[in-house]
Amino acid sequence: MAGEETSKLNIHPMEQFIVKPLFGGDTIHWYTPTNVTLWMGIAVLVMIALLVLGTSRRSIIPSRLQSVGEMLYGFIHNMVEEVTGHDGIKYFPYVMTLFMFVVLANLLGLIPMAFATTSHFAVTATLAMLVFLSVTILGFAKQGIGFLGMFWVSSAPLVLRPVLALIEIISYFVRPLSHSIRLGGNVMAGHAVIKVFAGFAGALGVASVVPILSIAAIYGLELLVAVVQAYVFTILTCVYLRDAVGGAHH
Amino acid sequence: MATTATEAVATGAEHAEKTGLPQLDFATFPNQIFWLAVTLVIIYLVLTRVALPRIGAVLAERSGTITNDLAAAEEFKQKAVQAERAYNDALTMARGEAAKIVASAKADIQKDLDKAIAKADADIAAKAVESEAKITEIKAGALDAITEVAKDTARELVIALGGKADAKSITAAVAARLKG
Repeated sequence: MAGEETSKLNIHPMEQFIVKPLFGGDTIHWYTPTNVTLWMGIAVLVMIALLVLGTSRRSIIPSRLQSVGEMLYGFIHNMVEEVTGHDGIKYFPYVMTLFMFVVLANLLGLIPMAFATTSHFAVTATLAMLVFLSVTILGFAKQGIGFLGMFWVSSAPLVLRPVLALIEIISYFVRPLSHSIRLGGNVMAGHAVIKVFAGFAGALGVASVVPILSIAAIYGLELLVAVVQAYVFTILTCVYLRDAVGGAHH
Repeated sequence: MATTATEAVATGAEHAEKTGLPQLDFATFPNQIFWLAVTLVIIYLVLTRVALPRIGAVLAERSGTITNDLAAAEEFKQKAVQAERAYNDALTMARGEAAKIVASAKADIQKDLDKAIAKADADIAAKAVESEAKITEIKAGALDAITEVAKDTARELVIALGGKADAKSITAAVAARLKG
């Protein structure tokens, strides 16, 4: 590969994102086991190792793995309680599911040669739509037509309210878009940049020290991004949930 | 090398032609969404059935243990304070008792002492009276004896001087002398 790129700077930063069948073949049916399946499966296994096997001893004085699991539990539990309020606590497993999937997919995607499932808009948009639909349905189920009161800013002057309502409605429907593109875009961009630098490293010979050091630096940044984006995705989910549960409006 | 390069370019071009970004290759969307759904369902089930109740229970148990321990510690502290108070009370009471005992003992001793002194005084007084009586007796005895001796002496002297011993006058003279 390096040989190809010295002759001609032939960088394919997007090749890493191609969805491939695991066991050969060209056609990808909805049920075909692909690299998506593999890395999502690994995420599930890591989650089980961390939260099920790690806590199997149920000790009062936790082992290291158990304290990591407890920390994650406490972190998300507090987030749900603080952001959505006391009524939101029953959606904690749902939020925890999203967080565990996103954070593990982000981090596992950073393993060299791994496939980052959260770099695909198919995945992030599905997650975002899941949140959007569940929040909307839950909102109407909990508050009935009163859920629409969210768009009617009663603290604003009466003249401005229709305008604000329009803006609020547009921003409400833009939520899943920003929610998904923020996560997918960040992950995709980071991985693509690393790949571009890797291409340079193959092409520059001795001077490739520079791109390699850059890769190390960007990798550190990407670790941060992986965790922060998972955090942002989760806290936004909590913020949207608060609207549905009927906590304090604006 | 050239062939592989051209092949790579060709495949790249093919991809670019077909989809541009792999993220926008809609042919793979059903596959990704299906496996994502499977993954999320598995994670949700594992979390709700096993992991979250277990961790929640462990955390609750721990906080329960800590609360119980703190309560027990508080109880022990209360007990210690109580014990100290009881000890102090007992000490004060014992001191009072001791003071009372000392006072009553003192009073008893004083009473005994007073009694003994009174008795001694009475004894002494009795003895003194007795002694006085004895002394008076002795004195009287001595006076009689002296009178006798004086009479005898005076008679002898009178006889020796050749006088006639008149008993009556001698007694009178002696009595007069003794009186003076």
